[in-house]
Amino acid sequence: MSPWLEALEKEAAFCQDRFGVFDTLYLGGGTPSLLTAGQMAHLLNSLRRRFAFSPNTEVTLEANPDDLNQMKIGAYRDLGVNRLSVGVQSFHDRELAFLGRRHNTRQTVEALEAARAAGFANLSLDLIYGLPGQSLEGWRKTLEQALAFHPEHLSCYQLTYEPGTPLGRRKARGEVIPATEEEERDFFLFTSRFLEDHDYLHYEISNFARQKGRLGQAPVINPKDATPTLTLPPQGGGDSAVASLPHNVQFTANDAQFLANEEFCPRLINNQGSFNRKPKTENRKPYFSRHNRKYWRHIPYLGLGPGAHSFQEGVRWWNVASVPQYCQSLARGEAPLADREILSPEQLRLEALYLGLRTREGAPLDLLRQTRGWEKTLTNLQKSGLVEMRRDRAVPTLEGFLMADSLPLYFMDADMGKDMAVTRETPLLLAPDP
Amino acid sequence: MPHIRNFSIIAHIDHGKSTLADRLIQWTGMVGERQFRDQLLDTMDIERERGITIKSNTITLPYTADDGAEYELNLIDTPGHVDFSYEVSRALASCEGVLLLVDASQGVEAQTVANLYLAMEHDLTIIPVINKIDLPQADVDGVKDQIEKELGLDPDQAILCSAKEGIGVDEVLEAIVQHIPPPKGSQEQPLSALIFDAQYDSFRGAIISCRVFDGEVKPGDLIRFMHNNSTHKVEEVGIFGLQREPRKKLTAGMVGYIIAGIKTVSDTSIGDTITLEERPALKPLPGFKEVLPVVFASIYPVSADDYQALAEALEKYKLNDAALIYQKDSSAALGQGFRCGFLGLLHLEIVTERLEREFGQSIITTVPGVQYRFTLADGQTITVDNPMHYPDPTRIKGSQEPYIRAAILVPERYLGAVLKMCMERRGVNSHFSYPTPGRVEVTFEIPLAEVIIDFYDRLKTITQGYGSFDYELLDYRDSDLVKLDILVNGEKLDALSMIVYRTRARDWGVRVCERLKDEIPRQMFKIAIQGAIGGQVISRSTINAFRKDVTAKCYGGDITRKRKLLEKQKAGKKKMKMVGSVEIPQSAFVAVLKTENE
Repeated sequence: MSPWLEALEKEAAFCQDRFGVFDTLYLGGGTPSLLTAGQMAHLLNSLRRRFAFSPNTEVTLEANPDDLNQMKIGAYRDLGVNRLSVGVQSFHDRELAFLGRRHNTRQTVEALEAARAAGFANLSLDLIYGLPGQSLEGWRKTLEQALAFHPEHLSCYQLTYEPGTPLGRRKARGEVIPATEEEERDFFLFTSRFLEDHDYLHYEISNFARQKGRLGQAPVINPKDATPTLTLPPQGGGDSAVASLPHNVQFTANDAQFLANEEFCPRLINNQGSFNRKPKTENRKPYFSRHNRKYWRHIPYLGLGPGAHSFQEGVRWWNVASVPQYCQSLARGEAPLADREILSPEQLRLEALYLGLRTREGAPLDLLRQTRGWEKTLTNLQKSGLVEMRRDRAVPTLEGFLMADSLPLYFMDADMGKDMAVTRETPLLLAPDP
Repeated sequence: MPHIRNFSIIAHIDHGKSTLADRLIQWTGMVGERQFRDQLLDTMDIERERGITIKSNTITLPYTADDGAEYELNLIDTPGHVDFSYEVSRALASCEGVLLLVDASQGVEAQTVANLYLAMEHDLTIIPVINKIDLPQADVDGVKDQIEKELGLDPDQAILCSAKEGIGVDEVLEAIVQHIPPPKGSQEQPLSALIFDAQYDSFRGAIISCRVFDGEVKPGDLIRFMHNNSTHKVEEVGIFGLQREPRKKLTAGMVGYIIAGIKTVSDTSIGDTITLEERPALKPLPGFKEVLPVVFASIYPVSADDYQALAEALEKYKLNDAALIYQKDSSAALGQGFRCGFLGLLHLEIVTERLEREFGQSIITTVPGVQYRFTLADGQTITVDNPMHYPDPTRIKGSQEPYIRAAILVPERYLGAVLKMCMERRGVNSHFSYPTPGRVEVTFEIPLAEVIIDFYDRLKTITQGYGSFDYELLDYRDSDLVKLDILVNGEKLDALSMIVYRTRARDWGVRVCERLKDEIPRQMFKIAIQGAIGGQVISRSTINAFRKDVTAKCYGGDITRKRKLLEKQKAGKKKMKMVGSVEIPQSAFVAVLKTENE
């Protein structure tokens, strides 16, 4: 067994009684698909022994197309993975080469076909747009080919140039010229309209969920029919991609709050009232990423692995990012903690506010009311076409999505947030169970 | 009194006055090498940083001359900027001689000339000192030539010196003893002492710097200020060493301080005469005048909550700077603040900088202006130094603005550029003189309003640093004045309103609109910036809406990161002013004042 898996198991032991019942499990960040089927079996079995999962747990695995072969996919399915998040990125080999990906389009097609053939009824594809020189037409082709697989979920990320990454350095050297603001807008708006026209709900800045009941049940696709018609140019060179270790495994807890939040217009996160309303539209609910939505709603989650973040009862903590350090800490019997923060009420409000304004659910007015002149601000934002009112929530429009980084600033007073940090015992214990 | 010498150093900015002063202090053994800080006399941070002296300091140097006798050399430091020429004149009135310092690489400048005239008016002995002779670009012969031809002094008497390297410092000290006459005056006469400076000490009250001309003063004496007839009981007298050194008395010829429990420095007027209540002098020393502010601007706290703190800071500041005057002001855009009067633009800069730095205030300063006069329909004449008090234009029959006589000294090759600038700024009646071949002195009459914003910086730019500038106030002249308003999305930014000469209004409007366009960050809606006279828009700029500002990913660890960024941005909002729905950063108000080339 690899030292990393050993460490992960030890970490799991630290946390095993701290959370209730989980209903999502996310194997991702990094490339867990690098694990062999045997390793994966071992990991999942040991997690199941330590934690309680509800019967309908969403088990997502992040995978790169080149790691997925028919045998592996079948094994994952048998192990209980019921959702695959595939790092497709593009259906143009030249773009994949630019991005430094190791796979080509042919591998993507094969992997997706294999996944459907293995019975995966919940597929999510990651795509990237806004590449230098990319045209809307080229992007549309990528989207069309993605749609040919009727994915239940799509994450469309705009390319960002992070300083310190190879791409960031190339931008700094002037070797690549990023898209202009107007082009970025065009791509964003196009993506939203195109996918909404194809029955995908744009429910978060970068995330789209297929509406159930529109395309019928989970697709039954003959892989042969789904093969795109594009002829694929042979794979070019491209930058070598670095495969990271299977980074972290994340869980989110299945608690009463989450049940309430399953409805599309959830209640306030701090409303501890009656949660026993039965979800009305269970069968027609779009294929959201159940897991990711919890991040945005302050629902408890537990992250295991290097760099993983966890959150519970207003406290967020995270592990050291370095894999060797992570393994060494646990080998010494210590929790691999990097740091933690206890969120003040104002910080919690701020997070709920800005995370809410990144989604179609918007932010409840209770969160806005705490700012001076909020009504006037809200009216101005409505007039500017950035926000709409839906019942007691301020919901961003598509233009509002485009301004999601600035919107929350309108509901923040410069002199706010002086309130004291919450003083309470951290729920996290640093000693392992005996 | 044969063993006292009272002297000043006069020089153009940057010619090394403070460095020479430091050397003299060091040479006379007042400070050990280890205690020595450069520019000892310039105690304020700003002075140290800018290398200029703002508030003058005085020091008594004990010196054993080559003849074996011991002397007290009183170095009366003077401020080195045109805004403070009255302070300079009072300091000079306290001396018998001056060192006229000229930079060997820069030569004679406008302020050197102006200061020389001041010294001559006071009938002082003038010792030319050519400084910075160690610089590779030093031109000693050229400077000697200027000293002879432009200043009319004997170049052979000039002492060659490098204060920085310590060359010629001994010669300077000996020349002070030998050439500057000892003070005259009689101890038997009634007390007559000139106030040339005052500082505020929070424990002792005002510390008056004075030169005793006649008589003597000691603790317990009841003194009277002849200008306002107030009387005070003397608590302590002494001389200025590195610290204050108490003495039993100050007698005729001496320079020192008096502490008399005076609560604010503004009760003591520079130039006033101190005498004894019991046995007063017959008449005050000549030359007293009230210092009047010529430049006006408003100061507002960035955050309206800080108004009270600003009020307290100004009150404290004022204790040490009697020249600053202020009163309450209010603006729709900026809230409560203060309208302040300054001696000049540098004075304004110093006040605002010290308020920020020493008193921790975050402030916004409005566009500075001058005092205008308006004759109204009913024949009444009013004085307006605040654009907010600009009268109803239909009632104005005539308007006037103050003029100055400016003198600019430049190498001849820059004459064209200087004349062009002078014309652009409504300069009239220009005269040239050629004090030495290759150099020209231009004098002209120009509205004061034209020189208070970026004139000096601009002059430095167009003359590549060679131009020097000096001015004196002349009179009020008729002028066609209008009020220019700046509107942001239709809301008047009253703090940027200004009274301007009609034909210059458009230039100003365009300039302000462009500056604001660069400084106001894009927001989620289009922002229109307009300059208007009355209802007529004369300039316009537009800031396009910010239309995309979104981070693609926000999971696990991104959440904390993003929140921290928002918190940082939130803190930054403290520096923003809301005008209507537009957020305007503090820097926008500053940018309007900056020179084009910056």
